[in-house]
Amino acid sequence: MRPQTFTLVLLLALTRGVACAQDRSNPAVKNNSVYTELAKAPKKAATRRNPLATDPDAAAAGSKLFSLHCAECHGDMAEGTRKAPSLLADEVQRATPGTLFWLLTNGVVRRGMPVWSKLPEAQRWQLVSFIKSMTPASKPAGGEPPHSAPH
Amino acid sequence: MLPITLHQHSSFPVWLFSEATAVCRSSRALPLGLLGLVLLVGALPLHAQESPYIVTYDHYLEEPGSLEVEYFSTFGTQRAGNDFHAFWAEFEYGATAWWTTELYFDGQTTFNDSTLFTGFRWENRFRLLQREHFINPVLYIEYEQTSGADKILKEVEGHDVEADYAVPNAIARQEHDHEIESKLLLSSTFDGWNVAENTIATKNVTGGNPWEFGYAIGASRPLALKASAQRCSFCPENFIAGVEMYGGLGDRYSFGLHNTSHYLAPVIAWNLPSDWTLRLSPGFGLNDNSHRFLLRWGVSREFSGFGAAVSRLFGGRQ
Repeated sequence: MRPQTFTLVLLLALTRGVACAQDRSNPAVKNNSVYTELAKAPKKAATRRNPLATDPDAAAAGSKLFSLHCAECHGDMAEGTRKAPSLLADEVQRATPGTLFWLLTNGVVRRGMPVWSKLPEAQRWQLVSFIKSMTPASKPAGGEPPHSAPH
Repeated sequence: MLPITLHQHSSFPVWLFSEATAVCRSSRALPLGLLGLVLLVGALPLHAQESPYIVTYDHYLEEPGSLEVEYFSTFGTQRAGNDFHAFWAEFEYGATAWWTTELYFDGQTTFNDSTLFTGFRWENRFRLLQREHFINPVLYIEYEQTSGADKILKEVEGHDVEADYAVPNAIARQEHDHEIESKLLLSSTFDGWNVAENTIATKNVTGGNPWEFGYAIGASRPLALKASAQRCSFCPENFIAGVEMYGGLGDRYSFGLHNTSHYLAPVIAWNLPSDWTLRLSPGFGLNDNSHRFLLRWGVSREFSGFGAAVSRLFGGRQ
C-alpha cells in the first residue's frame, strides 16, 4: 500500500472511530445527571468568592470569552446543545461562583468538557460573572436583565 | 505563478493529498502549498487560545471535536553547508477531552540544493489525570516515517548535531527512518504562568539503533491576565510570551551532554480575535554542536465542529 493511501485510510478510520466514540459518550444526549458534577466541588473551592464580583466590566468580558470558548458546545445563548448542557438551568444558576470556577478549572474530562485552566484565573472569574448574570431558565424571560447584578 | 490546482470543494482528505502530490513537483510550491492547506480548509466555526511554544508541549489538549490546522517554518543557518528552510503542516484533532491526535507532513528546502518532502508523523497525546493538579502529566506517543533529510527540528534528541544536517539532500534522502517517540509531558499553571517540562525517549526501529533521549522545557505567560470587554486585536491578553530550551541527552550507551546540541528560544504567540494564531521564535544555539540560529514562525487556525461534520458524513447523529 502506498504511504499516501495508507495515511488516507488511517485518517478516515480514525475520524470515523472517534466520531462514533463521541456519539457514545455524549453526555448531554444520554444522561441528565451532568449537573451532578457541580456537587463534586470541594467545600473550600465552592466557598471561594469571585474577586471580580464588583468589576462592572467582568460580565461583558466574560460574554466575549464565552462566545470564543464556550458557545460552540453550550450554544450561543448558553441554552445547551447535544454536546453540552444548558448553563441557564437552575442547577448552574444556583451554584456558587466558586463551584463554577472549580468546574471551569478542572473540566469534566471523562464527559467531554476540557479543563480551562489555560485561561488565566481572572478570565475564568470573568466567565463566572457572565454565567451568573444570565437569566435562569426558571425565571420568565426579561425578568432580570443580563449583566445587571454582580455576584 | 504556482503550478498548483487547489480543489477547495473536494472532500477534505482528497484535496489534501492531491495538494501534497502537486506541490512536490515544484521547489517553490512546496512550502507555499502547505501554507495553502492551512488557508483553504473549509469554513467551520473556530476559536483559539494557543500556547506560544513550538517545541515544548504543555498539558492542554485540543478541544473535543475540534481540528487545528497549522503551518510552521524553520529557517536554520548551517556551518560547512547550505542554510535551509524546513516546514511542516500539522493537523491536530481533539478526539476526546483526554486524547488528542495529530498528523504532520514535513518538507525542507536546502538552499543551493533541492526541496524535498521528508516524511510524516502521527502523534497522540493522552491526559493521564482527570482533574487539574499542581503538576499535570500527559503521555505522548508518536510514530515517524521520515527520511534522513528531515530538518524540521521539531525535537532534538540523542546526539543530533549541526554537522548531521550538512549532508546533501540526494544522499540524506536515501536514509529511511521509522521511529517511535515517547514523551512524558509535565506542565503546571499558576498565577498566569505556564511551566512545562518534556522528557523525550526515541527509538529508531530500523537497524540496531539505541534509545535516544532529549528534553524541552518552557515557561510562558499572557501579557495581561484579564480580558477586555471589547473584541480587539492588539489587547495585551491576546499575546502570550515566553521562552523555551531544548536539546539532546545522548543515548542509552552514552547518556549525558557530550556531543549534543542545545537551543534557547524566546517565543511569542498572537491569538487574533479572528481566530488565527501567529507564533514567532528566534532560537539560538548554545554550543558548537548547535545551529547558530533558528528562526521559526507558524500560523494556525482552529475549526470547531470538525468531528461532528465527519460524523454526519458517515450517518452519525451529531
